[in-house]
This record gives sequence, C-alpha cells and structure tokens, in this order.
Amino acid sequence: MTEHLDGNVLAGPLSELFRDDMTTAIGRCAHCGDVSVLATALVYDAAPGWCVRCHACGDVLMTLVWAGDRLRIDLRGVTALEVGD
Amino acid sequence: MVGAWLVGTVAETRKETSTGRSILLDVPDWPGNIAGQHVDVRLTAPDGYQATRSYSVASAGDGSRVQLAVDRLPTGEVSPYLVDDLMTGDLLEVRGPLGGWFVWKPEQTAPVQLIAGGSGVVPLVAMLRSHGASGSTAPMQLLYSVRAPHDRFFADELETLGNVTYAYTRAVPAGWPSPPGRLTKDALAAATLPASESPAVFVCGPTGFVEAVATWLVELGHEPGAVKTERFGG
Repeated sequence: MTEHLDGNVLAGPLSELFRDDMTTAIGRCAHCGDVSVLATALVYDAAPGWCVRCHACGDVLMTLVWAGDRLRIDLRGVTALEVGD
Repeated sequence: MVGAWLVGTVAETRKETSTGRSILLDVPDWPGNIAGQHVDVRLTAPDGYQATRSYSVASAGDGSRVQLAVDRLPTGEVSPYLVDDLMTGDLLEVRGPLGGWFVWKPEQTAPVQLIAGGSGVVPLVAMLRSHGASGSTAPMQLLYSVRAPHDRFFADELETLGNVTYAYTRAVPAGWPSPPGRLTKDALAAATLPASESPAVFVCGPTGFVEAVATWLVELGHEPGAVKTERFGG
C-alpha cells in the first residue's frame, strides 16, 4: 500500500496509550504551526507501524512502531496536544 | 475501556456484491456506537502472526449486534478471509467502537450531504440508518459513486432509506440518462447540497476519490472545516 490514509485509522492504536479518543484531539505541528484535529493528519503505512504527517506541510508529526507486543510512539513533530469536549 | 479487544460471534453473513459482503456479529460486551465509527479487526495465525485492519460499522445505536461490510482487496491480508472464509459461528476479535470525529449524531440539525466512493458507503449507511431511526428532521442525502449497479452495497435498503443519487463509473443500468464515467466537479456540484445551505459534508472512499472530492467541495465554496473525510486503502 503506497497511498496514505488519515488519522481516523489511529483511533485503535492510540487507544493503547491514551484514555481519550485521540482522533478528535487537536495537535500543533512543530514545523509549520498548523493546528488541526488528528483525524485530518496523513497516515502512511510503515509496517510494523505508521508514519503520521501534517496535512498542511507534510512534515512528520509522529511515528508509531510496534516492537513485538509493545507500541512506541515518537511525538517529535507535535508541540502540543489538546483533548476534551 | 476503548482499547480492549472483544470477541464477537458471526451471526450471519450476506453477499452484497461480487467482491463484498456484510457480516453481522454478536459482541456481548459491545457498548453501542455512534453512526460513522469503526472497529479494528484482528486475525491471529496459528504461528502467532497477527494482522489488524480497520472496518467501518454499518450499524448504529444500542445493542450488541454489530454489522460490518467488507470489500475484498486482492492483495489484502485480512479482507479476503473476511469475505471468502469467515462462517456463521466463527469467532472474531474486534476493538471498538473507535473514532469520534467522522460521526453523525441525531442531535445535529444542519443539513447533511454524504458522499461515498465504493465501499466507503458503509459508515454513511450507518448515518442514514441512524437518521431514519431517530426521526431526525435534518435533511440528509447521499451521493454514491460506484463502478456498476451490481457493486452497490445495501442496494435494496438504500432504495428505502431516502434520498440517494448514483454516479456510475464503469457501467450504468439500462435506460440511464448518461454514460458511465468518473465523477467530475460539475457532476458533484449538480448532485450535492450547495455551500449556501451550509451542510455538514461527510466523504468516505479510496484516497484518490476523497482528495479529489474534498478539493472540489472547497472550490465550490464549502468551508474546509465542514467537510469531514475518511480514507481507506489496502
């Protein structure tokens, strides 16, 4: 699969780590400063994990990697995450 | 807890198209779901290898019955098993309901335009069902882009669920007024609620379809924030 998906697909994997639904969380891109819900991010399959890119500038927001039964999330491109109604 | 894996039992499967079918699951611990949400399905091979994919839920509301609809992707790891091999009585691991963004709730009163490409119609069927079951008076209509008449998911039910317009890309029914072809910006504009009515728009389908439609919608004057998208791939 070479085409990207979007942040909706991260709802399950991110529920491993976060209590709230993270597809509705708002994140700020460290590269361009865009502030958007995570559902709109571009998600590239990078088995065994995903590379998540900013929908505005394309820079990497985060990566998720499965190492056996452990999930490692690298948040290098996200300078803020906000959850709540 | 959202992240917990649940075990469902296949109650019924139904052929929907030549490459797709719907699957009714009994999931005893299912908490109910909002229209538009999805589940992750996890398959485990005898050697322990696991593959997980997301599938939209076609059902909405309370109860422990969950309906999925799956199209077989020729190179897929999970969909061929779900479409060709899974049988009534089999057990299936699911996690969900997932996702709180690409959803429609009956308390939403704005007009709604649903736009589906292929099996992207599944979460939008959940929205039409929820709309009908709740007695919502918000206008809701669907534009369904699909290869041919026999490729329509939930074809009979869509006839009764209300306002559906079809855009056929490969083959049309006898007597159809226009030849088959890919959806265009003009055809999109003619078949959907105008931006002046400020509809909530939900677009679901393959990545290329979703990106083209979302771009056209914004060019047609829709607020980017009013257009929600969900892409699926292989």
